[in-house]
Amino acid sequence: MEKRTIATIFVFAIVAVFFFFGILLLHPFGHPGDAQMDDYMIVHTQNETGTNNGVTSIVFDYRGFDTLGEATILFSAVAGVMMLFRRVKK
Amino acid sequence: MMEMTKIVKTVANILFPLTLIFGLYIVAHGHLTPGGGFQGGAVVASGCALLLVAYGSQWVFTRIKEKRLATFESLGAISFITIALLGLVFSMVFFGNFLAGSTLLFGTTPATGSTLADFNTGGVLPLMNFAVSVKVIAGLFVIVAVIAYASSIKEWDQ
Repeated sequence: MEKRTIATIFVFAIVAVFFFFGILLLHPFGHPGDAQMDDYMIVHTQNETGTNNGVTSIVFDYRGFDTLGEATILFSAVAGVMMLFRRVKK
Repeated sequence: MMEMTKIVKTVANILFPLTLIFGLYIVAHGHLTPGGGFQGGAVVASGCALLLVAYGSQWVFTRIKEKRLATFESLGAISFITIALLGLVFSMVFFGNFLAGSTLLFGTTPATGSTLADFNTGGVLPLMNFAVSVKVIAGLFVIVAVIAYASSIKEWDQ
């Protein structure tokens, strides 16, 4: 066998071992964990954010930082497309 | 992409305003009903993609320049971060909801439990929905339009 094939098999074995132990450490399916945070949001959403839509209040208020990252992804996608096709309009 | 037949153009003419109204409705009621800035913006951008399919990218780029769309995308991002920083100024928290509970715009607090939807609620959430929708409409439309224009060119320089 070539050295390259042996190296590929070696790397795949290491990745497979990491995946296997990661799956073993997963939370058991169907048994939800602690729910203090969820209960707090469900109870206090209407008082604190003044919104009837709990999902939007979480996306834009409680977890606004995640939305900022999402917006950054779209911004970098547009920047990449504009940079790739910048010579098209000549 | 070449422009398509008269049938496709007529159907696009009928469907485009309806798609626009539905997407803007989802954006405007983002703090009351399911949906929000991202989803409504994606609906409006798909309506613009319908126009792009029916009429061709050359026709679209004689109407609007892609630099202008990119400017709108950046404006949406800047206003989104500006509202977040205003929260840092007025309520000491990044992304703080400084308008909720005040007497200003969108300041009403609904009663706890299931209530009738009041449009004048939500604090900064409607403003953020609007900023994100401008960003998503311009961003998705400029991606689709520029790629369609690039694929319509027959000969490249090199």
